[in-house]
Amino acid sequence: MSEPKKVSRRQFLNYTLTGLGGFMAAGMVAPMVRFAIDPVFKPSAAGEFVSVADVEELSNEPQRFEWEIEQVDAWYESKVQKTAWVYRSENDEIVALSPVCTHLGCTVDWAASEEYPNQFFCPCHAGRYTKDGVNVPGTPPTAPLPKYETKVEEGMLYLGEAIAR
Amino acid sequence: MLQKLYDWVDERVDVNPIWRDIADHEVPEHVNPAYHFSAFVYCFGGLTFFVTVIQILSGMFLTMYYVPDIENAWNSVYYLQMEVAHGQIVRGMHHWGASVVIVMLFLHTLRVFFQGAYKKPRELNWVVGVLLFFVMLGLGFTGYLLPWDNKAYFATQVGLEIAAATPVIGDQIRTLLAGDQSIVGAQTLTRFFAIHVFFLPAVLFVLLGAHFILIRRQGISGPL
Ligand code: HEM
Ligand code: FES
Repeated sequence: MSEPKKVSRRQFLNYTLTGLGGFMAAGMVAPMVRFAIDPVFKPSAAGEFVSVADVEELSNEPQRFEWEIEQVDAWYESKVQKTAWVYRSENDEIVALSPVCTHLGCTVDWAASEEYPNQFFCPCHAGRYTKDGVNVPGTPPTAPLPKYETKVEEGMLYLGEAIAR
Repeated sequence: MLQKLYDWVDERVDVNPIWRDIADHEVPEHVNPAYHFSAFVYCFGGLTFFVTVIQILSGMFLTMYYVPDIENAWNSVYYLQMEVAHGQIVRGMHHWGASVVIVMLFLHTLRVFFQGAYKKPRELNWVVGVLLFFVMLGLGFTGYLLPWDNKAYFATQVGLEIAAATPVIGDQIRTLLAGDQSIVGAQTLTRFFAIHVFFLPAVLFVLLGAHFILIRRQGISGPL
């Protein structure tokens, strides 16, 4: 058995003062750090369904529809414009695609390139997607266009969140 | 582990003398409350600095949410206090600290005055101290407008009228501070924000540096 180590007066004071100082500093800094990182812990806003179009208007050809949502950005509330490309698919499903390119976020357009009249085209780096929103291999985008949640009520088409695929 | 890291750096850069020069000084007996309890009056300078550090830290964090714009300033302060975690604490630190720092500064000044510590050779540091006092008042005055509520607005209105009472150039000073000849508004808020957050803190750092260098060179004044 070795002799129990003696803590000198100097060591004791050093440990106590460092501990106390550390405790005080932590008490000061902790609220500020929590304050700063708060955005990470905020619950993400759940999307509401918004009436966008009359289902009668829809066809087999993708059409552009625009609508507005109320956006609450901390202390700033504003209306923000949203866009979707909507069409009826062969098996009569309603498909609503987000126009935001999955490469770097430009806005894609239906049949905007003369060479590819049956595709979505992104003007920024010539990214392309087939009609169902799947990215064409060999072009810059690496994922399909996000699909909006859809709902039909009393002949109106309602769109919710755009879900990444 | 930490010791090894320290040794590694010290071996190459020789940091030891740097922090020894800053921190390793004897506390004279007459300044140490462990010997004479009444020596606690020597703490007020350090306490002023401590609260100033809190002001700077909490102020830096407040600017993460605060916007100096008349449409949004009040809303951003309301949001950071009511909706952000610990917002009430961080704003509270800055709000109450602003008053506590003046109290500490005042007690520190009283100690220096009644001990005659400002006498030769320390006259210069008294001058630096008075400048520090004005900077603190300026920080309090400009910061008070930032929440852009009624109290802030009318306090600034009054403050600007006081500035306008300066002989000869009063109106010019008022316009310079308010950013407009008749309105206390958008430009007043942006100016006060810039002064509060950039200009005065910069001056504060220079003066604090001078204050501490002078203390280090001249030492603390002797026992009464
Ligand atoms: C000794 C230094 C300082 C003093 C005495 C001081 C004083 C004040 C005062 C009295 C207010 C009004 C607070 C209220 O009514 O709740 C305020 C607000 C503010 N200060 Fe300072 N301040 C100091 C340093 C700083 C620094 C260094 C920064 C930023 C880098 C800063 C940023 C702010 C901001 C963003 C506000 C508005 C937010 C609010 O009102 O709660 N302050 N300050
Ligand atoms: S952003 Fe669409 S292709 Fe690059």
